[in-house]
Amino acid sequence: MTYTFHFADIWAARDEFLDGTLLTLRLSALSMLLSLVIAIFGALARTSGPRWLRAIVGGYVEAIRNTPFLVQLFMLYFGLPRLGVRLDANEGALLAMVANGSAYTIEIVRAGIESIGHGQTEAAAALGLHRLQIFRLVVLPQALRAVVPPLGSQFILLMLNSSVVSVISADELTAATQDVQARTFRPFEAFLTASAIYLVLSLAFSGAFAVIERVAFGKKAAQR
Amino acid sequence: MRSLNAGDLLFILAAVRWTVLLSVLAFAGGAVVGLTVALMRTSDSRAARWAAIVYIRIFQGTPLLLQLFLVFFGADMVGLSLGPWLSAVLGFSLNAGAFLGEIWRGSIQSIARGQTEAARALGLHYLPLMLRVVLPQALRIAIPPTVGFTVNLIKSTSLASIIGFVELTRAGQMVNNATIRPFIVFGLVAAIYFAICWPLTIAAGRLERRLGLAYKR
Repeated sequence: MTYTFHFADIWAARDEFLDGTLLTLRLSALSMLLSLVIAIFGALARTSGPRWLRAIVGGYVEAIRNTPFLVQLFMLYFGLPRLGVRLDANEGALLAMVANGSAYTIEIVRAGIESIGHGQTEAAAALGLHRLQIFRLVVLPQALRAVVPPLGSQFILLMLNSSVVSVISADELTAATQDVQARTFRPFEAFLTASAIYLVLSLAFSGAFAVIERVAFGKKAAQR
Repeated sequence: MRSLNAGDLLFILAAVRWTVLLSVLAFAGGAVVGLTVALMRTSDSRAARWAAIVYIRIFQGTPLLLQLFLVFFGADMVGLSLGPWLSAVLGFSLNAGAFLGEIWRGSIQSIARGQTEAARALGLHYLPLMLRVVLPQALRIAIPPTVGFTVNLIKSTSLASIIGFVELTRAGQMVNNATIRPFIVFGLVAAIYFAICWPLTIAAGRLERRLGLAYKR
């Protein structure tokens, strides 16, 4: 096994890797943000909505969590155009990532909401707050604080999972890497480089989230 | 483009066996890697602990799809032609090993230190200590999260389709390419995955609650 690594072609394609990385970050951040917004409403519906709404949200969460992301991506990307919705690859990728990510985020936010004691809602009700006010002013801020760490992990999972959207050739890092390897015939070097970029991103984000957590809830985290 | 017929649906249904077989082999390989990683991670040797940490960080910090590509092209590069089958089994095993290793490390560490110390005081060496004292107790704690991880593993085998392995998702893709009936085809594919994964998800939840009750006194 005498293999000589050739990273010169990879270095020559550094702009493509950089653009791919930026798009991966943008796609992940955007889908995380949209997932979180949907999840707040979804979790509210799942914890205190009418029975039929809880069943719908619960069914959605179970359906997404028990089927592969790749199949969800194919269903949306190939299915929606048949219904007359025109999607380019990047829109399809974002839509599938939000559809998938919000199911997991709903569960995270729901766990946060359920971790807030009943005494809190009862006290707020005794003070004369409406149900929506209780949720918005009392429950949600505390719940979101409690779910910062799992949301951080969820973001990293989402970012790593975004490599899958390269199969519909959305222009993120993995798809950019596919282009580079097809042109240079250096698949191993190209995928190794991309893996290193993902690794640096996930380590950097988990480090950053740990710092944010310590700064935001410093004393509590130290006590635990 | 042709119309969808019963043969297509049977073709998809029959492809389930490759998804199941790949999942079983990947779990077996992952269990071997995972047990090694968990034991290294909890060992007294600093070097072994660090090697395990680096392994876990790398495999949990990079996309599974790229790990599959690297195994596929990397084997080719050193002159081994593994083909999609072996590459997929090897790639999934290496990846599952990192996750199972981390799950099992937690289970091993949750066994009270007094147990190990008592066993040591009775003169047990590492192997009997692990086999007869720690692992049997850790197993009980490890089962619910392991079942939960299996759901992830089964879903992730769909990525094998990208390196050319014909399993459930690839079969669906092939039928869809010929018939262009994405909702029916991928709906069926999704329903099959759901039928396999949902019972496991429920089982994992039940086992976890039961374990929680057993430990809550």
